Amino acid sequence: MKKSGLSMLPVFLWLCLFLVVPMLIVVGISFMGRDELGNVVLDFNLDAYALFFDPLYLGIYWDTIVLSVLTTALCLLLSYPLAYYIANAGPRMQTWGLVLITVPFWINFLIRTYAWVLLLRTQGIVNEFLLSIGLISEPLQMLYTKGAVLLGMVYTFIPFMVLPIFVALEQMDKRLLEAASDLGASSWKAFWHITLPQTKSGIMTGSVLVYVSTTGMFVVTDILGGAKSAMISNIIQSQFLGARNWPFGSALSVIFVITSLILIALFNRAMTSRYQRVREVRS
Amino acid sequence: MIELAAVEKHFAGQVALHPLSLTIKEGEFLTLLGPSGCGKTTILRMIAGFEQPTSGKILLDGKDLTNLPPNRRDLNLVFQHYALFPHMTVEENVAFGLKMKKMPIKQQQERVREAVEMTQLTALTKRYPHQLSGGQQQRVAIARAIANKPRVLLLDEPLGALDLQLRKSLQAELKQLQRSLGITFVYVTHDQEEAMMMSDRIVVMNSGRVEQIGTPREIYAQPATLFSATFVGENNIFSRDGQLFAVRPEKLKAVRSGEGVETKRSGELMDVQYLGGVHKLIVQLENEPMTVSIVLDVNDERTWQIGETVGVDWKPEDEVVIGS
Repeated sequence: MKKSGLSMLPVFLWLCLFLVVPMLIVVGISFMGRDELGNVVLDFNLDAYALFFDPLYLGIYWDTIVLSVLTTALCLLLSYPLAYYIANAGPRMQTWGLVLITVPFWINFLIRTYAWVLLLRTQGIVNEFLLSIGLISEPLQMLYTKGAVLLGMVYTFIPFMVLPIFVALEQMDKRLLEAASDLGASSWKAFWHITLPQTKSGIMTGSVLVYVSTTGMFVVTDILGGAKSAMISNIIQSQFLGARNWPFGSALSVIFVITSLILIALFNRAMTSRYQRVREVRS
Repeated sequence: MIELAAVEKHFAGQVALHPLSLTIKEGEFLTLLGPSGCGKTTILRMIAGFEQPTSGKILLDGKDLTNLPPNRRDLNLVFQHYALFPHMTVEENVAFGLKMKKMPIKQQQERVREAVEMTQLTALTKRYPHQLSGGQQQRVAIARAIANKPRVLLLDEPLGALDLQLRKSLQAELKQLQRSLGITFVYVTHDQEEAMMMSDRIVVMNSGRVEQIGTPREIYAQPATLFSATFVGENNIFSRDGQLFAVRPEKLKAVRSGEGVETKRSGELMDVQYLGGVHKLIVQLENEPMTVSIVLDVNDERTWQIGETVGVDWKPEDEVVIGS
């Protein structure tokens, strides 16, 4: 234990310097005041936190949680079958599948998001097509809705869900499925009782990645959501860069980090079986 | 009870198993014995349903199983590496098959209790597989299979991953278990000693073909092929007029050159091996590029010098002529 403790030192320092210290600065600022020019001044108060309880911000806070949970759930629903298919495909298809999942990363994220604007806007490809085949008589308002934001988020974060689940499926001992089948389990039951519990770690990793990334993402909301569908990250960004109300931006950040930590802990608690807890105690 | 009718298996055009017909009797302990790659595991996996025969049929009690999936066959397999479910306790592992059959909970508990008792796991039912030793995991694998009360238990080198001591004691336990359950065991191993001590009948296999089927005694005393003769137990192969015959090491006699007895062969003593109860001479024959091993009688007190000339003799009735 001592030896591994020492070898962890660089990582520990790294985390301290680039995560813990900045977080502490943010926490510190959240309790401070500001002057007319927007400069942070040393003046301990809870004004920033009080401002959070404004119904406007509470609503956005709630919307953000809902959207992030929805994004995570949709990503999971779409990714599991995809990861399952890739993990069980032949070696050629597997390579192709993984390449196709990662190809979008080669293209600038902003360009990809603007591409959705071209698809979704009133004179966009989708509307033009639907009009031309006569399915609709006037263009649908798809862009600048919550649905568009959700779509953009799911699109952006699906790889973060597919890859951990794929890895978990890959690492699973396939002989367990033979054993289940030998003991009378149909393939559906074997999936439910063996594959799913055995790939929980992938589901958990993917879900936390997607959830946390979604709560912090403001570009997609900006581009696809317009002014009406702001998320907490948009508010934080504008407090720091636009309104120059750093204490309020910091307070929102602190609140959201704590919320995320609580939600992730609850989620972990629900997903972790007694088996994993026994395992952790031992190791 | 189980009948394999001209069962044949090819993998990607390669023959893994030549057509094989075999009847396994009710309550029998049958062992498929052979080196790795001989097709023994393929046979087991075809009976279990994980592989489809390229041609031929597999019948259980006269009912054709060939196209049934594994989950609909009334037999269970004990896997080589146990394949225990890591996220389930011993109890949950053992109950899995019963749960799949939707057996009432009360009855499940009864069956689980019986199975863990029989495999001496009662104290460990709440543990997870990673908290057990290799031998205990192996017992869980067996308990999980027998809880289903299958007509036939298939065992794929179940003791292969254990050390020698443990293997010996589990061999005896398994044999005992088979007797008390009275169900048919089809056992796969590459360990000829294990096969000899446990089986009612042995199927000796080599490169996809059956070399011989018989009781351990038959196979040891009358090997049908050169492969049987050398794979099961140690043997010395001689040839006379183009005819091969075998003489077991314990049937050979070593004669000192000074003793003035005419012997069938003679050669140079290469090594003397003390094996506790017995000792063994390794003799390089003259004019023949082979060594023979001779097991000496327990009471033999003679001392031997490496390099000395030793006469090798045997009784004509101990010659076993091999195949034709």
